Order: sequence, then structure tokens, then C-alpha cells
Amino acid sequence: MATTSDRILMGTRKGLVEARREDGTWRIGEAALPGQPIAYAMRDPRNGSIWASIDHGHWGVKLSRSAKDDGAYEEVDPPKYPEGSDVAAKYYWVLTPGHPDQPGTLWVGTEPGGLFVTRDDGASWELNKPLWDMCVEHKWMGGGRDAAGIHSIVIDPRDANHMYVGISCAGVCETKDGGASWTYANKGLRMDYAPPEEQDKEYGYDPHFVAPAPSDPDVLWQANHCGVYRSKDGSATWDEISDKPYAYFGFPVAPHPTDPLTAWIVPMHSDNNRTTFEGRLFVLRTDDGGATWRQQSAGLPQEGAMDFPYRHSLDVAPDGKTLAFGTTSGNAYVSEDGGESWQVLSNNLPLIYSLRFA
Amino acid sequence: MACVRFTPHLRRYFDLPLSWEVEGVHTVAALLQQLDERWPGLAFYVSDERGHLRKHVAVWVNGNVVADRAGLTDAVPDDATVDILQALSGG
Repeated sequence: MATTSDRILMGTRKGLVEARREDGTWRIGEAALPGQPIAYAMRDPRNGSIWASIDHGHWGVKLSRSAKDDGAYEEVDPPKYPEGSDVAAKYYWVLTPGHPDQPGTLWVGTEPGGLFVTRDDGASWELNKPLWDMCVEHKWMGGGRDAAGIHSIVIDPRDANHMYVGISCAGVCETKDGGASWTYANKGLRMDYAPPEEQDKEYGYDPHFVAPAPSDPDVLWQANHCGVYRSKDGSATWDEISDKPYAYFGFPVAPHPTDPLTAWIVPMHSDNNRTTFEGRLFVLRTDDGGATWRQQSAGLPQEGAMDFPYRHSLDVAPDGKTLAFGTTSGNAYVSEDGGESWQVLSNNLPLIYSLRFA
Repeated sequence: MACVRFTPHLRRYFDLPLSWEVEGVHTVAALLQQLDERWPGLAFYVSDERGHLRKHVAVWVNGNVVADRAGLTDAVPDDATVDILQALSGG
């Protein structure tokens, strides 16, 4: 059931697209859930089921699942905000399988500002009230979406009760008691976009994506609205590892599966432009924890490219060599040598919201 | 007896006829509830968990767009024709 390096799921604006490597060649199959905007899609390595978050333009947000991974999808009654909260789910932004010791547990990060959990494999859902109370009390604002949303969910492989979430905009929150209580974990981050008097607050930060180093759970990487960051101490402090102009603004970050010093990002020109640098699409790789970054561009367009990957659209496979990303213009690229060279998976897909190895 | 007509787009998710007759409902909210009993889950496609009509859904009663999109208190006369449509948007 383990995640492989030979299969990629892409959530696109017009369906769930799958790419497979067979006999050394990548091929793209027919889309599942054709025509449906897929905000996020992933495979649960614990039981092999495929989950997709659907963002119907008209009929609201839904969840769909292929329990047997046989191409047949069924709708799962999705998380709903409790009566009295006077809000409705606008987006299921990320779906994260629970700890391996907790089969049937799955977490969903939502807009507005919600963290939902099912403990019975999707039969029922519960909103995490302590975190929601912080969202309401501290008036988390939107970032990337109209209302605040949770886009990153990290579970400590050593302890199911130890989790982090990334919230735009609030920052990183940590729980050590399975979600009964949460604390902000934003020391070292910046929020240049806030009024000067507000910039040293406990919350209000905009982590674009937070991802753990699988080989060292105390190491976390963060692509933030105001730079690139890394924590060596389980989010107690964040060190800025930006290197302007390139390693600064971007959405995804992909930590190496076995080397906690290595990660990849795909940079963008700036918050203002949100395009490539001089029309060149490239990936940045660090092998020293962010002290230095180097460009990897072989095989990627070096003129006329303006597209970029969203926060869930860059991933590295368990082999540490196979990487892929998908862009806002429906281009998808794959590398089989740790980013040194790239090949086109497709130039003809719809906008890609998520790309994950499966 | 009111006659409900559905957008064909909803037939992707529910086994709906072209039109359906309902009896004994006097508001749009009650009508949706009755439809949801017949096709479980349908109301959650048309309205959200608060019961508000979804942003890009349009419900018409006798040619008039419903006014109360949150409470769905608009009256449904006995002989009404109700259309459940999707607003035009996207690409």
C-alpha cells in the first residue's frame, strides 16, 4: 500500500488526472470525475483508497472516494459546520490521512478556518472546536482565499497526538494533546504586509505551505508569504532561509524523504507579479538546510513561461529522485534525477490545483 | 399541486425526472425538504448546511427569482411552477 514513485494524482479544474510510469515511460490516463474541479486528491497509503475534494461551482464543495482504487468513486457525506456557527464550508483545501496507529482517521483542512476529523473513515465528521474558537476569537483573515483556511496538516509519526497545521492567515498552530488545545508556533516568522504595530503579534502570519522532513520529524520546512523558513526544533523557532531574489516568494515546498537538509521550492518573481523570473521556469534545491540554493532548469521552458505551481502541486516521491509539479496553466513536469533534468508530463491539462505521488 | 422542474445538470448526481409534482408545501424551504426526502442529499446540493441557497443556484417560483435566499420563506402557491436552475458562470 505504500506510496510509489511511479504514480501521480493531479487534481485539476476538469477532473482527477493520473499519470503512471510504465517501462520507464510516463503516460497520462483518462480523467476520473471528468469535468469536476478537484481541489485536492490523494491516496491514503494505509488502505489504498483515493480521496478527492470537489469544488463544484454550483452545488457546493463535496468529498468523493474510491475505496478500492478501482476508478469507481462514491460521494462521502462531507464535513459540515455545526448548527449555530452560521458559516458554511467553502473549500476543502487539504485531506491528510491520520496516524498509522489510527486507521479510519482522516483530517480535512477547510475554508473558513476549520479542521475536521473523521474517526470512522468518513461516516461522521467533527469540527475541532478549540482551533475554531481561536479562528473566531482572533478574527483570522483570508490569504489566498477570501476567508482564512487550513492548507497544511502535519502529524508527528512518533506521536499521533502531536500535530501542526498551517493556516492562511494565522500561521502555524501546534497541538500536543490530539487537538484538545493549540498554541501558535510562529517565532521567527515575519508578516511585512501587516501594519507596523501588528507585526510582532503571535498570529496573523501567512504560511503558504508547511511540510515536515520525513526523516527527522523535528525539522519542518515552510514556504511563507514573507520568505522561506525552516525549523529544527519542532516549530519552537523558525530560521529564515531565504536568498533573495530567487529563494523568497513561492507556494510549495517539498522536503527530501530521507535527507532532512534537502528540499525543493519553485520560486516566483514576487508577491506583486506572481509569475516566473524573466519567463524562466526553474526549481530551487538546497542540500544544506537552506544555507544555499541552486537552480535546476534543464528541460523546463527558459523563455515565455509565466505559470507556476500552487502550494499542493509540487511533490517528491519516496525514492527521493522522482519529482513532479503541475502549474496554473496546466503544464506538468517530472524529473527522475532529483530535479537535475525535467521532462514534460503534459502541456494540455487544465489548471492543476494539486499534484501528489500515490 | 406544484410542479418542480430541474436543471439537467443535477441529473448527473441524482436520478431526477424532467419535472416532479409536490403537494402540501407552502414555502421553498418545505419544498426542498420534501425533495430531499425523495432524493436524499439533493437539498445539500441546492443549499448549504445553514439552509441558505448556494451562491450560484437560482430557484424561480412562477417566473420570479426567490427573494429570501437565506430563509427560503418565499411562498409556493398550490399551482406554482418551480424551477431549480444553476446560475450561469465559469468556463
